[in-house]
Order: sequence, then C-alpha cells, then structure tokens
Amino acid sequence: MKFLVVCRRELRSYFSSYIAYILLAIFLLLSGYFFYSDLIFFVLFGGYVLPTGLWQYVFLDMRLCTLLVLPLLTMRLFAEEKKLGTIELLWTYPVRDGEVVLGKFLAAWIFFIIMLLATVINPLLFYHFYHFDFGPLLAAYLGIFLLGTAFIACGLFISSLTENQVVSAMATYGILVFFWFLTWNEEVAEQRIIQVLLHLSLFDHFYNFSRGVIDTQDVAFFTLFVFFFLFLTFESLGVRKWRGIR
Amino acid sequence: MIQASHLTKQFGALTAISDVSFDVGRGEIVGFLGPNGAGKSTTMRILAGVFPPTSGRAVVAGYDVVTDSLRARGVVGYAPERVALYLDMTVREYLIYVADMKAVAPSRRSAGVDAALASAGVAHMAGRLIGTLSKGYRQRVGIAQAMVGDPHVLILDEPTAGLDPEQVAEVRRLIRRLRGERTVILSTHILSEVEATCDRVIIINRGRVLAVDAPRNLNQRLRHTSQIHLEVRAAADAVAGRLRAIPGVLAVEAAGDAAEGGAAFIVTTEKDSDLRADLAAAISAAQWPLLELRPVSLSLEAIFLSLVTEAAADTPNEIPGRLPA
Repeated sequence: MKFLVVCRRELRSYFSSYIAYILLAIFLLLSGYFFYSDLIFFVLFGGYVLPTGLWQYVFLDMRLCTLLVLPLLTMRLFAEEKKLGTIELLWTYPVRDGEVVLGKFLAAWIFFIIMLLATVINPLLFYHFYHFDFGPLLAAYLGIFLLGTAFIACGLFISSLTENQVVSAMATYGILVFFWFLTWNEEVAEQRIIQVLLHLSLFDHFYNFSRGVIDTQDVAFFTLFVFFFLFLTFESLGVRKWRGIR
Repeated sequence: MIQASHLTKQFGALTAISDVSFDVGRGEIVGFLGPNGAGKSTTMRILAGVFPPTSGRAVVAGYDVVTDSLRARGVVGYAPERVALYLDMTVREYLIYVADMKAVAPSRRSAGVDAALASAGVAHMAGRLIGTLSKGYRQRVGIAQAMVGDPHVLILDEPTAGLDPEQVAEVRRLIRRLRGERTVILSTHILSEVEATCDRVIIINRGRVLAVDAPRNLNQRLRHTSQIHLEVRAAADAVAGRLRAIPGVLAVEAAGDAAEGGAAFIVTTEKDSDLRADLAAAISAAQWPLLELRPVSLSLEAIFLSLVTEAAADTPNEIPGRLPA
C-alpha cells in the first residue's frame, strides 16, 4: 500500500502551496462562466432539447478548461522531484516503481475529481429552477472524467521525461492539442488514414459523451489510452538503471 | 554484511567504476576515500538500490541488490551527498512519511521517528519547515531519514560536507556511537575524517579500488620516511647545520612559511623514528627560542600519489583489491 503514502504526500504538496488553489479557482471561474453563458444562449434562442442544446455546449467548453488546467497540475509530478533531487532518495526506499507511478497518478486524479465535483453546483442550481433528466448529464460527466484522466496519464508521462516543469507542461499541451486537431482538416491525408486518425482523436471520442451517449468503444479507448501512458511512465522511470541520475 | 564483488558501472561510454570488490563485516565502520569523481557515489548508489551495476554483484545483509532489490532497500538507510528534501514539509512530517515508505509498523512509527530525530541532533527542529532550515540542519535531517526504520546498514555519502566544524564533530560522534550496532559505509575526501571514525578504509580512484586497509596500517605502509615541521627564532643556516648533525636526520629543508625573524624547516627522518625530543633538546641546548614543532602527517594527495605509483609499478592484477584488514 506504499502508493497511498506517495499519493498522500503529493496531495499535501498540492494543497500546501497556493498553486492548487489558483488552478482550482480558475477552473471553477471559467467553467462557471461558460455554464452561465451557454445557459443564456439556450434560453434566449429557445432550445428545447437539453442534451444537445445545453449540456453539449457546456461540456465542450469544460473540455477546454480541463485542457488548460490539467497539464499545469501534472507538470510537477516527476519534474519537480528530478529538479530538486528528491527522486534519488525515493529510489532508495523499499517501494516499487509501479507504486510510485500509481501514487502520483492517483493524487492528480483525486485533485481532478475534486475539481469536477465542485462544478456540480452549476447544474444543481439549474435543477432547482428547472427539473431535468439526470441521465445525459451523468453521461457527459463520465466523458469529461475519462477525458481528464487521459490528460493526467499523458501529463504524468511527459513529467517523467524532464526535470523542467515548463517543458513538461508545454509538451503535454503539444501532444493533447495534436490529438485534438488530428482530424480538423480531413484533407491532410487520404480517407483510409483519416479513418485511423479519427479513432485516435481524444476529442472525437469525447463528442458522444457530451451529447449524453455512452459508447463502450469510447470508454475502451480512454481506458486503453490511460493504461498505455501509465505503462510508458513506468518504463521511462527504468531509464535510470542504465543512464543513471543527473 | 555487505559483499561487493567485481562491480562495474558504465554510463554510456563512461566507466564510473570498474571491478570494485570489497567486504564489510557486521558492525564495522568503513570509509570510502577518494577524490571527487572517483566513483564513491556510484558505488554507494548501487548499494542503496538507486540503480543496478552494469556487471558484478552486490549483496547487502544477504539480499542481492538487483534480484532482491526491495528487501535489500528495506535494510539500508541512505543519505545522499546532495541531500534533497521536500521543502514544504516539517521535519517530523517528513520523517513520518519516510517511516511509512519504509513500512515501519504504525505502533513503532512515532518512537522510531523520535529516536532518529534525537540521534541526528534535530529533535529541537522537529516542527520547523524543512525549507527554513540551514544547510547544516538539512544535512542532518538527511542523516535522520537514513536512520528511520533502524536499518542494519547505513550508507552515508559525504555526511559532513557543508557542515561547520562543530557540526562536523557532532556527526562524527554520532557515527562513532553506531560502531558495533550498525554497519556504516561513509564516503569522504578528508583523510582525517576516516582516521577519526573508520575501522577500515577503501581507497578508490578513477573507478578502481586502490587499497583496503585500516587507516593506521595504510599510513605505515605508504610512508617511507617521517617528517617533522619545525620553527625556530634564529639564523636559518646555523639551525640547519645543527639539525643535520643529529643522528637519524636524513634531510633538512627550509619551509617557506616562517614568521618574521624566524626560520622554518621540514626535517625528514627515518621511518618509525620519533626524533621530536632530540630536535627539541638540540635547539634548547643552543638557547634558540623554539616556536613550533609538529609531525607532518601524510596528506591525501601524498597517499594517492604513492598508491598510484605503487599501482603503476605492480602488474595490474596485483593491485590490492582485498588486503587483509
């Protein structure tokens, strides 16, 4: 259960600095504003179908907030320990590399869940005035939860490659945005390749969720994506065994 | 307690250590002596489980550091040369975290942390944030975290680097107190530190073990003559003439650091003969004021020079890897 010790230390590190609070505040501010403006849009232009008229817009906007905030949350996980040199002591404790990866991933994940839970206040307030079906909303939340989890796994991996936190965040943005824009221009490649790229695009897999549809293919994609990057992280930690540290 | 055999570590084209072998017995305190970049830290990191050797085998308390790494790491406490700590934790919080990482039973955790705090001399800093501590205290917190969990083996990489003289003395006292109950390996590039604390010394240079011996024996073995530093308030020529006449004196050379009106000399005598009393008698007989008289100990540089020359003179496979203690 050493991963819980690692996780607890990461969480206290998040909350003992103001960075976590700033990230949380900005995330809530932006997602709150988007919820508000999307709701205004829905009401003024006379929307009738909540899933495609409101939730889809809210969650496509929230997707951007998540993209903005999560790389800043994951950038320090390994990079900071490498920079400070604390990682050396970590390797001398009787703890498996896998437990370290899991603990750090879990800490960022818990923080992200707290962020998501805090946004629930928006639809709850709305529910107070207008009773709606919770199903599509829960599907959309599941989608953003899976998407964010994928972001965290990717960010964790990038963080294990560098000791520079800015490089860590920028490279994570680079990869995630690439996965987003992958299918924006369908003329970049021939149709068969586009079909493959389409299956790899994080945001295309999120699209169904935002409309209230849970497709097991999408769930499987995100799950594979997460495990793939966790595996890469684990492997990249093993590099010290032949390259040394610092 | 520790068996290292034929350890070699390569980082790409760079060979950090090559064919390093030594044994350390239970309760022994052994010093790694060598210049910067000699391979001390690399050897210690292999023993502490940071990375495996490229070839060779190391066994700590019966556990192979590669194939049984988790259990080997469980019995070793390690303090790195550049002690890096989580600055946003208090000393006690940090040591509790370390105890959890080392799987210290919850019932013994608090007492274990207190003991580590006390023996590293940081008990009065337990509530302070590590980020606000001076370098000397951080160094000691580094030693404290190594001691958490009562490891059988302590590996301390330059434990006194960056400490003020008083703290250095304290850390050395701490290490000497561990004699007999823990096995300690420490590294240093200060000869007097090894003499003050260690039962045996392993001299390492450019990744190779040059000698393994008790500090006293090493000094004896390498010293072919003895030297005495002497300072007298008198005319240099007269003093030198008088000194050369003393039986057993091999050479008298002027040393440049004399005070105003005085003359300083390095007197070389036969090995193992202490001529200090004879020198003093000769000088007081001539009624010259004696300002200083002290034996010159072999400097680290001199030891290395003689070891390297010895190694070059021998055939390579006769380089002493494992001399009897």
